[in-house]
Amino acid sequence: MAKIYSEKKLVETSMKPKKETISFLLNYSKALSFLKVGKMKIETIAN
Amino acid sequence: MATVQTPDALLVKNYVAGDEGALATLINRHESKIYGFIYSKIADRDVSDDIFQDTFIKVIKTLKSNSYNEEGKFLPWVMRIAHNLIIDHFRKNKKMPMYRETEEFSIFSVMTDNSMTIENRMISEQVENDLKRLIEELPNDQKEVLVMRIYQDLSFKEISELTGVSINTALGRMRYALMNLRKVIDKHQIILTN
Repeated sequence: MAKIYSEKKLVETSMKPKKETISFLLNYSKALSFLKVGKMKIETIAN
Repeated sequence: MATVQTPDALLVKNYVAGDEGALATLINRHESKIYGFIYSKIADRDVSDDIFQDTFIKVIKTLKSNSYNEEGKFLPWVMRIAHNLIIDHFRKNKKMPMYRETEEFSIFSVMTDNSMTIENRMISEQVENDLKRLIEELPNDQKEVLVMRIYQDLSFKEISELTGVSINTALGRMRYALMNLRKVIDKHQIILTN
């Protein structure tokens, strides 16, 4: 049988990050806000 | 009926305006492309997850602080952030991407060990010992010049100063030393190669 010389595919089809990662990002986004003080932007995280 | 997909630019606009669901849609739409891109370079699921997370933390911060300007498209912009973080990761770890051993690719086909094998080291030591013994047989004046030149790495000017002879004499002694060594090596058929 003919040998395939190409390297094995490293990436599986449709790889996705962990659910926890997505959940963390969505929660982080909800908690993050920026306060504008004059010309400065202050980052705040709501607990 | 085909469903109409909300364009990325509109989702970004909605998110900046406070619609948190828009971010979930954007992540859901592009997660496999971005994660796949990161994993193709990193080849480690946990590290890829970390980089994916850091990428979106940057995205969130930039969008929330109103620093994003819609010059390019959303996905290429996120990919660029991911790409920069991948470079940072390799810089921090000071290592190249990991290669996996597969049927078609062996890591030893690109790696070589330049250090001598034990056998070669033994041969080399033997050759050096033989040579030292041969040098011992040379007349003293020739031996002195040869040792100073080869083992002590002195110049002929320095040798002439130290031995109190002219540079030409030192050169001549060196020449005779080498000729005599060659003669002995030829006569006894000594092999001095590794």
